[in-house]
Amino acid sequence: MSQGAGDLLLLLAALLWAPGPSPTSSIHVYTQREVYGTVGSHVTLSCSFWSTEWISEDISITWHFQAEGSRDSTSIFHYAKGQPYIDDVGTFKERMEWVGNPHRKDGSIVIHNLDYTDNGTFTCDVKNPPDIVGKSSQVTLYVFEKVPTRYGVVLGSIIGGALLLVAVVVAIVYILRSCWLRRQATLQRRLSAMEKGKLQRSAKDASKRSRQAPVLYAMLDHSRSTKAASEKKAKGAPGESRKDKK
Amino acid sequence: MLLLLLGIIVLHVTLLVLLFVSTIVSQWLVSDEHTADLWQNCTSGTVFRCLTSSTNEWLQSVQAMMILSIIFSVLSLFLFFCQLFTLTKGGRFYITGIFQILAGLCVMSGAAIFTVRHMDWHQALENTSYGFAYILAWLAFPLALASGIIYIILRKRE
Repeated sequence: MSQGAGDLLLLLAALLWAPGPSPTSSIHVYTQREVYGTVGSHVTLSCSFWSTEWISEDISITWHFQAEGSRDSTSIFHYAKGQPYIDDVGTFKERMEWVGNPHRKDGSIVIHNLDYTDNGTFTCDVKNPPDIVGKSSQVTLYVFEKVPTRYGVVLGSIIGGALLLVAVVVAIVYILRSCWLRRQATLQRRLSAMEKGKLQRSAKDASKRSRQAPVLYAMLDHSRSTKAASEKKAKGAPGESRKDKK
Repeated sequence: MLLLLLGIIVLHVTLLVLLFVSTIVSQWLVSDEHTADLWQNCTSGTVFRCLTSSTNEWLQSVQAMMILSIIFSVLSLFLFFCQLFTLTKGGRFYITGIFQILAGLCVMSGAAIFTVRHMDWHQALENTSYGFAYILAWLAFPLALASGIIYIILRKRE
């Protein structure tokens, strides 16, 4: 029994560690599809990749540029053996910047001071030996005078702004009305309390605090006038004596 | 009394239907084989093909105004039914009327902006005339104003 188990173990070990044909893996490169930029500004062409192998020192990242309407593709950037090589004689001379980090699987470059001649297709190609089979990825750069706003920004902002405005106005009106109604209710309560005969007590207080006296007399007059007015209204038009309140 | 209520509700629903049809149906500008509208441009002729309209800001503002008018009108109908049951006797339907008037103003401004600015996103071909959806939008404006004013003047009885 133990010999059979030992044989099995040996077979397993041989399968695991024997050098056989390496599995087919490819390197995957990802970029954006389209990038928009305005004349004179800068734009970042991002390129990320996925490799099944460890990132070695032999990794190489290349950027090619094919101008719009042209059939040739020129090489504008190369990274090899840990050293970036930026275009210093071509159209991107002194305009390109390497902002990538191969160990973070990032191979991005930045182009400054865009011009209309930069319209075209940029290709990012990454090779990580022994992982060299894979498709490169392309990103198209469009250079505008001003970047066109996406559809729906104006639409959504107008609708949202108008609804917000209406909601705020309705809330303010509601709060003001409830304050006013509350103040009316307290006034009404005060008037009814005075009519019940607490006049003398408040008059005594008024003699002590003389500032309150004219206010009380004014309220008394008001109560007398409103009582007279309401009596008149009740005799005159039946049924519609309430004020226009909602 | 019930007749009045029914008449008002029918008016409001008619206005709502007008607004919906005017916004959704794409018949604002009509020519022989080409229609340019709020949401899509269609060419009939040998090939019938529809593309979405341009992303011009003015076109987007017209679309926003039409949608806002529908929202305000629907809100106004909903508030009318709310106020019908909660308002005190003798009260007026202020909020309903105000929302209805707002809807009318939105439709008017949308149609006006379209009239002035439709050249921006659609080159003038010969024989372009305004379609029925455009006319419905202009019709909805006085209807909305009238409906709103009726709500403001009306007093609640029963």
